[in-house]
Amino acid sequence: MTLIRRPFAGLANQGYNRRQVLGQAAAFGLAAGSAATMFSPSARAQEPKHGGHLKLGLRGGATTDALDPATYSGSVLFVVGHCWGDTLVESHPETGEPLPAIAESWETSADASEWTFRIRKDVRFHDGMALTVADAVATLKRHSDEASQSGALGLLGSLDRIEEKGGDLVITLKEGNADLPLILTDYHLIIQPNGGMDDPNAAIGTGPYKLLSHEPGVRATFEKNQDDWRSDRGYVDNVEIIVMNDNTARIAALSSGQVHFINFVEPKTVGLLERAPNVQILQTPGKGFYSFLMHCDTAPFDNNDLRMALKLAIDREAILERVVGGYGMLGNDYPVNESYALAPTGIEQRAYDPEQAAFHYKKSGHEGKILLRTSDAAFPGAVDAATLFQESAKKAGIEIDVKREPEDGYWSNVWNVQPFCASYWGGRPTQDLRYSTSYLSTAEWNDTRFKREDFDKLLLQARSELDNDKRAALYREMAVMVRDEGGTILPVFNDYLNAATKDVKGYVHDIGNDISNGYVASRVWLEG
Amino acid sequence: MTGFPATLPRPRLWLRRRFPLLARIAERLLLSILLLLTVSVLIFAGVEALPGDFATTYLGQSATPQAVANIRAEFGLDQPVTSRYFEWLGNALQGDFGSSWASGNSVSEQIGNRLGNSLFLAAVSALIAVPLAVGLGVVAVRFRDRLPDRLINILSLAAISLPEFFVGYLLIMFFVVKTSAAAFPATVYDSMSLIERLQVIALPVATLVLVVLAHMIRMTRAAILGVMSSAYMETAELKGLGALRSITHHAAPNALAPIINVVALNLAYLIVGVVVVEVVFVYPGMGQYMVDAVTVRDLPVVQACGLIFAAIYILLNMTADILAIIANPRLRHPR
Repeated sequence: MTLIRRPFAGLANQGYNRRQVLGQAAAFGLAAGSAATMFSPSARAQEPKHGGHLKLGLRGGATTDALDPATYSGSVLFVVGHCWGDTLVESHPETGEPLPAIAESWETSADASEWTFRIRKDVRFHDGMALTVADAVATLKRHSDEASQSGALGLLGSLDRIEEKGGDLVITLKEGNADLPLILTDYHLIIQPNGGMDDPNAAIGTGPYKLLSHEPGVRATFEKNQDDWRSDRGYVDNVEIIVMNDNTARIAALSSGQVHFINFVEPKTVGLLERAPNVQILQTPGKGFYSFLMHCDTAPFDNNDLRMALKLAIDREAILERVVGGYGMLGNDYPVNESYALAPTGIEQRAYDPEQAAFHYKKSGHEGKILLRTSDAAFPGAVDAATLFQESAKKAGIEIDVKREPEDGYWSNVWNVQPFCASYWGGRPTQDLRYSTSYLSTAEWNDTRFKREDFDKLLLQARSELDNDKRAALYREMAVMVRDEGGTILPVFNDYLNAATKDVKGYVHDIGNDISNGYVASRVWLEG
Repeated sequence: MTGFPATLPRPRLWLRRRFPLLARIAERLLLSILLLLTVSVLIFAGVEALPGDFATTYLGQSATPQAVANIRAEFGLDQPVTSRYFEWLGNALQGDFGSSWASGNSVSEQIGNRLGNSLFLAAVSALIAVPLAVGLGVVAVRFRDRLPDRLINILSLAAISLPEFFVGYLLIMFFVVKTSAAAFPATVYDSMSLIERLQVIALPVATLVLVVLAHMIRMTRAAILGVMSSAYMETAELKGLGALRSITHHAAPNALAPIINVVALNLAYLIVGVVVVEVVFVYPGMGQYMVDAVTVRDLPVVQACGLIFAAIYILLNMTADILAIIANPRLRHPR
């Protein structure tokens, strides 16, 4: 269940030589439709080699997995989908901006409410049929249908009309949204023949690899798509994905060379794994975060001084060091970091300050213990993190009672129900989606009960703002509001930790999501 | 005396006298069916009592209220529990276990595959473990309180004291990471030949053998030792039979019943209780299948797996009883 609720762990620190990579990205420009694979420094240094049999040992698969992309959740299907399918738009691995894919270009009306996407004409499905605009229309219709069970349904709520006009795909929104292209990068929205209405589980797509076999929860095999419409991806002949949910099994398989790549390396095992001669650790900044959530409308958390006291009473450094083993980045009590496009800059980092915390605590007038509910279902190490929080708060004179809740049912009975609890959020493609999901007054998952009309107004204003500078300023204002008045205590963003054998080259550290945003098999090649 | 003429024996008693073995088997079968029904009610109630239903756990954080409502309506989760149970029971009685809610595939088909894998792993392990255990038990008795007995005792105790996942990890460390002597992971799939399958399951089989061995050795040893002290064993010795021969010809047959019982228990464990070993070695068996289904509350799969597990337990226990009765005719006429 943990896997389903939070398919991808994530968070950011410097990770890689970002500045250098950004420079290269700028040099290439964003026009190249297939630029996505070009940005890794190692990719630039070497020519990709073709051939070989790539084996991935991945956590996050179950016997309940189905091939219909509408149902995708968990890391294994995330990677499987990116092997056989393509989305209309991809996101830039370093800046998070939209890149052309099946849609070769797009334009929008001045209020960002009508979008026209030009669909490539040279793309063929694995069964030889040409991809048409009608296929793209049908795909989006299937996923946005109210009766659908698509995991992307929530993202597509603002779509009003999807139609083919003059040979282009035209989408009309209920209200302007400058982020529509990024929404279309969602991994559920793989273009299928007739939108997958005829056979959603066929796994016929336009991706770099054709599916050969799939045994749910066991393994999936692919062969190279010889007619791929892109030549800068899909370097190996065969891909084999083996589901390995056991952490030790993955590590044993990698260090004995039985697989080339594994995901979800635990921070505490990184040091040991690094000593293996043939292994490289792949650490990527991401968007997911560990947090403690307070309900802003429930006593005693309806008092901003108490919320501020608790935010100042948590020792972020200690949690970064001891809960994520240093593989992460400090959080600043708003749910966005540099891994998002247009991330706010110049906001002062909040630090552990027992004196200030004690000051605000006194001002709040609260007395007695504060009950904090936690469970390792929230995030790995959540119980330890709560205990560290308890210790650091004690020095500010704040008494926290830590209650350990059962892991089973944590997301239905504790999270979004109890007024103070540990939680995890995975990344969202855009800041707009991040805030819309859980900070808009009307959001179903407003898990801090943060209800502010002025905030809602800013969010809607930013959504239809096409000028990036103005949008960035609006997002900064919103971040400060959440940081200083919201109910989120956000000590750390966690890194994506993967590992590969040294003969795996060309891995792209993609800020979009874990496992090179799911593109690992399409981007890497095998050396020697 | 309920309406049968006094000259005719009552059918049940008559059956009992005439075919005591058959009667006991028939009785057992009837009881088993009742037991299976009870198990199905318990599983249904158990899954129902778990927090969260299929719709919410399956969609998780990516769920919208609309999508949850759609799923609930599709699988009838908005119906009352009792009507859902009886509908399921009706279908199951006709041999239809339905489709998995999560993947939409036929449950029977998926289970067929998984059960085959589980039985294969269990069978190979049992083929090695049972003769080895009984043999070592006999050896232990033959050299009672001497070095071989002590060694067998200590080693088997050590193996059983380690948790199975730890035994598995130790084997992986030595035979995969350090020496690359064995294959890993033990994932089997359709296109594999029998030889390939046997190669990849070497380590899980070794783990399972180590785990079940001790229990069976010790029971064999204890049962035979119990018989050894009886008078006819003394007679055998006095008439000049060798130690090993008197054990195999006189002690072992009389000690069979408890040995068969412990073997049956361990066989059942090998089939239904090995989920940890499956996970460690990445082996696609029934245990992992059921755990995945429980995690998302995929009720049709959980029910079907539960029933199969219960049936296997019941069947193996019944077989053990019947074999014990065949081995020891005294048990046919319970007082």
